[in-house]
Amino acid sequence: MAHADISRQSGQQLWSSPSTRALIFLALLSSAVWLGPTWTRVIPDALTFPIATTVGDALNWFAREATINGLAVKDMTRAVASFFDYIIESVVIVLSKGIYTGRGLNVTQAVPPLSWFAIAGAMVIAAYRFGGRSLAVVCAVCLGFLVIFGLWENAMVTLASVLVSVLLAMAIGLILGIWSYRSSNVENVTRGIMNVMQTVPIFSYLVPTLLLFGYGPSAALFATVLYALPPMVHNTVLALKSVPAEVTESGKMMGCHPRQLLWKVQLPAALAKLAVGMNQTIMMTLNMVIIASMIGAGGLGFDVLRALRKLDIGSGLEAGMGIVALAVVLDRLSQAAAHRAAHGQHRKPGQLPLWQLLAGWLVIATVAALVVGPLQSWPAAWQVSTAEFWNAAVTWINKELFDVLEAFRNFALLSVMRPFSAFLAAAPWTLVIGSVAALACVLGGWRLAALCTGFGMFIVITGYWAPAMNSVYLITISVTLAVLMGYPIGFWLATRPKAQGTAGFVLDTLQTLPTLVYLLPAVMLFRIGDVSAVIAVTLYATAPAVRYAMVGMAQVPKARLEAAEIAGATRWQTLIWVRLPSALPTLLIGINQTIMMAFSMLIIAALVGTKDLGQEVLIALNRSLVGEGIVAGLCVACLALICDALLKAAAARATSPARSRAQ
Amino acid sequence: MMDMRAQSAPVSTTSIKCENVWKVFGATPAEFEQAGGPEMDAEALQRKGWTAAVRDATFDISTGEVFVIMGLSGSGKSTIVRCLSRLIEPTNGRILVEGADLLKASPAELNDIRRRKMGMVFQHFALLPNRNVLGNIGFPLQIQGMPRAEYEARAREMVELVGLKGREDHFPDELSGGQQQRVGIARSLASDPAIWFLDEPFSALDPLIRSDLQDELLRLQQQLAKTVVFITHDLDEAIKIADRIAIMEEGRIVQIGSPEDLILHPANDYVSRFTRGVPRAKVVRAKTIMRPVDADEGEATAFVGPNDRIADVAEVLLQSGNLIAVRDDAGRTHGVIDREAFIRVLAGA
Ligand SMILES: Nc1ncnc2c1ncn2[C@@H]1O[C@H](COP(=O)(O)OP(=O)(O)OP(=O)(O)O)[C@@H](O)[C@H]1O
Ligand SMILES: [Mg+2]
Repeated sequence: MAHADISRQSGQQLWSSPSTRALIFLALLSSAVWLGPTWTRVIPDALTFPIATTVGDALNWFAREATINGLAVKDMTRAVASFFDYIIESVVIVLSKGIYTGRGLNVTQAVPPLSWFAIAGAMVIAAYRFGGRSLAVVCAVCLGFLVIFGLWENAMVTLASVLVSVLLAMAIGLILGIWSYRSSNVENVTRGIMNVMQTVPIFSYLVPTLLLFGYGPSAALFATVLYALPPMVHNTVLALKSVPAEVTESGKMMGCHPRQLLWKVQLPAALAKLAVGMNQTIMMTLNMVIIASMIGAGGLGFDVLRALRKLDIGSGLEAGMGIVALAVVLDRLSQAAAHRAAHGQHRKPGQLPLWQLLAGWLVIATVAALVVGPLQSWPAAWQVSTAEFWNAAVTWINKELFDVLEAFRNFALLSVMRPFSAFLAAAPWTLVIGSVAALACVLGGWRLAALCTGFGMFIVITGYWAPAMNSVYLITISVTLAVLMGYPIGFWLATRPKAQGTAGFVLDTLQTLPTLVYLLPAVMLFRIGDVSAVIAVTLYATAPAVRYAMVGMAQVPKARLEAAEIAGATRWQTLIWVRLPSALPTLLIGINQTIMMAFSMLIIAALVGTKDLGQEVLIALNRSLVGEGIVAGLCVACLALICDALLKAAAARATSPARSRAQ
Repeated sequence: MMDMRAQSAPVSTTSIKCENVWKVFGATPAEFEQAGGPEMDAEALQRKGWTAAVRDATFDISTGEVFVIMGLSGSGKSTIVRCLSRLIEPTNGRILVEGADLLKASPAELNDIRRRKMGMVFQHFALLPNRNVLGNIGFPLQIQGMPRAEYEARAREMVELVGLKGREDHFPDELSGGQQQRVGIARSLASDPAIWFLDEPFSALDPLIRSDLQDELLRLQQQLAKTVVFITHDLDEAIKIADRIAIMEEGRIVQIGSPEDLILHPANDYVSRFTRGVPRAKVVRAKTIMRPVDADEGEATAFVGPNDRIADVAEVLLQSGNLIAVRDDAGRTHGVIDREAFIRVLAGA
């Protein structure tokens, strides 16, 4: 498109076109870097500031010594922490632990927790009501898996954290969302904050909460709530804005007070859309609760982490599958429940209300569990473990497939990854930032260029340039792979409507899995290192690529396809000349999403030993270096924001010429 | 059917009085006043970048009257009906509802007026998806603080009134469009308002259902005798239900009159283009074309009612001699129609 523009312009205009000017600028810059002083190539010490230390000191002072109105911040945060610890503990007692009496060796369980039989049964009953037999079967299988493999107790600890966090995140998100809906000033502020929050990597939330609230469930709770908040706020605003004007008017005409209008008319009418946000919040919460086992959330995530640290792949995989099972149950059940709440379905004659049914069931099942032991807690002797099997499989793979895998690993490392990483590491920083700025200028003008330069300079100043380049290298390779795999699959699926149902199910499931789970198969095959990281990131980022490719292709107007067909275009010609150009904006946004997903996974991949920004955050977390953790996290956010800005500008450019030509 | 309604409509008291009402989108009342107010012409408005959705609307609606507002899409129908309930704040003018100045009402008073005096039916039903039929119909009463047993009983009455018995616990998603609009109608009538606004209530329905619901509306109106403000862009629908029709063109009301007035004496080209396709015989009433009885004329051999439409009584024509008497139910003769006048209407477009 740019070429066509240029060819139409006269010689005079050619020189003033942004692309040409950007190229000239880059040529000048490279020769300056080539001939100029060393500081243009290597970041001089004078340019980096100990921002991390300063931030760290400030936060440490705040958390340890500051007082507000004579009250020590430390005491306040600890008080808040113990309050929430207490709440989580109560839920854990109900779901998983029961109440104990006595001390030392005489500890006895005075009151058992709700039995697995009661909880799982209640969930299956609810599933049957909300989603019919198929949903009930899915839930029964997943919950049965947790019981039989002895993961039930840990799963309930995780569930307890998820429940408390979700309720808190939803309540706060709803309030912020309503506030933003009512005032556009507030909306601008929250939107800005939430956009940055969504790009800040998951670990970075853990560091300051750890400092403020100490190791334990409530620190995990705060990190989780913060992390899960943005989609809830965003979706609340969107959902409220989507309420038809007529519905609001009908509420006013019936004489609703403002509060009645909001709570009884607008929110219920927005429920179907709100449900999307709630579901996202639940899934993000689960993801974060799993990660937050690092700072004391416990539960299934802790098993996976321990397994990863000890390279005990077998039990790691088992706990990982437990997480998957829990994720599937939470996702499907919450979706079905939200759908039911939003649309309603009348009770058939003789059907009990759900709450009566569940209450009745809990009573019966609890009594039954008191009588029949195995219904209370599944006997250890009956538990199945596949850990041995998986460990054997890993051993087998390492023995039998070692040559193949090792050859692949070495090829990838030596021929692709190392050279690329070395290239980026050696690239002069001025040239890298200059190129990004030039691209930004072409795509979106001076302001965008200034913005991107600012983000880049932040990384330079904070001294995280080298690990940041390492992140860029890992992201570039993973996203390239994910797009190369995902887009063709998406294109193919777009032409096969029948396969789309199944594909949608698989993609949904892949996208609901907590990030930690993706590390396991990669480590199983390729041990610790960059290759595993790239594979895990690629796996995680492929699902959005497939999805956007499908959506983009489906959006191509039918008339254009028919026109191409009548003109006698072959399938390839149609793809290249009709489909791809029409779908370009969506495809670019798809790449953007893929990059964002890749960033969120890349941080987790630090657990398998990368040398990038994620590793910096992880180290900071392990050593409680608050400032470093936050600043390195912000550097990741800067990288993500640069990509986001560039691709959104590109997508906007790809859309607008089409519109101006149509007019 | 028509006769009864026409007879039951008292012509005396004014329910809604609308005086020089303007709605200019984009301008505050002060800005509008400063820029010239009601003196502004289309050009001046355009220069300011404002949209005058309603211009200088003046009319009275009598208690119990069915007042239909018609016009093309974008002519300002929805805006004007929303001004009458202050869902949209008029930019200028005065609106009296049962004698009280609506635009001076405080928010609490306005809420009270809407709760007790007004009901509204919407084009896309505007039902709450999370409440069943009973819940939706009882909702306006519930928010007024009525005890559950009471509002449910009242809602059940309304369900029966609109013929949805047996579906009380169905949710909107489980109902057809026509059924949903019946719920919308029942809900708007639940608090027994005196004034009933309907904004294109049947436009989203297919023709057969639409016709059913029009009949239903007439039946209800005969029973309840509300003051009805009904918006439509369908002239057939307007003629079928209206006592009077107001025709809007680009925010201005260009003519107000009975269906016959509009067809027999269109005020301008716009109106006559609207009414051109309508068969006159289906609109014109016997009393409109009758003339006084001449003393020397012979006895009429056939009779029609004064409000009978000409097309409906064509049978009579076959049996008659030259003269047809126009006689009301009490047996009083109002006038006569000669065969020729009758046929002229039948033959006319
Ligand atoms: N909130 C608004 N802001 C600005 N202009 C508006 C607004 N609402 C309506 N208008 C404009 O006012 C004019 C009248 O709109 P209105 O909705 O009253 O038309 P209508 O006769 O009901 O049309 P339809 O038959 O399509 O419902 C239109 O030109 C419309 O664009
Ligand atoms: Mg309208």
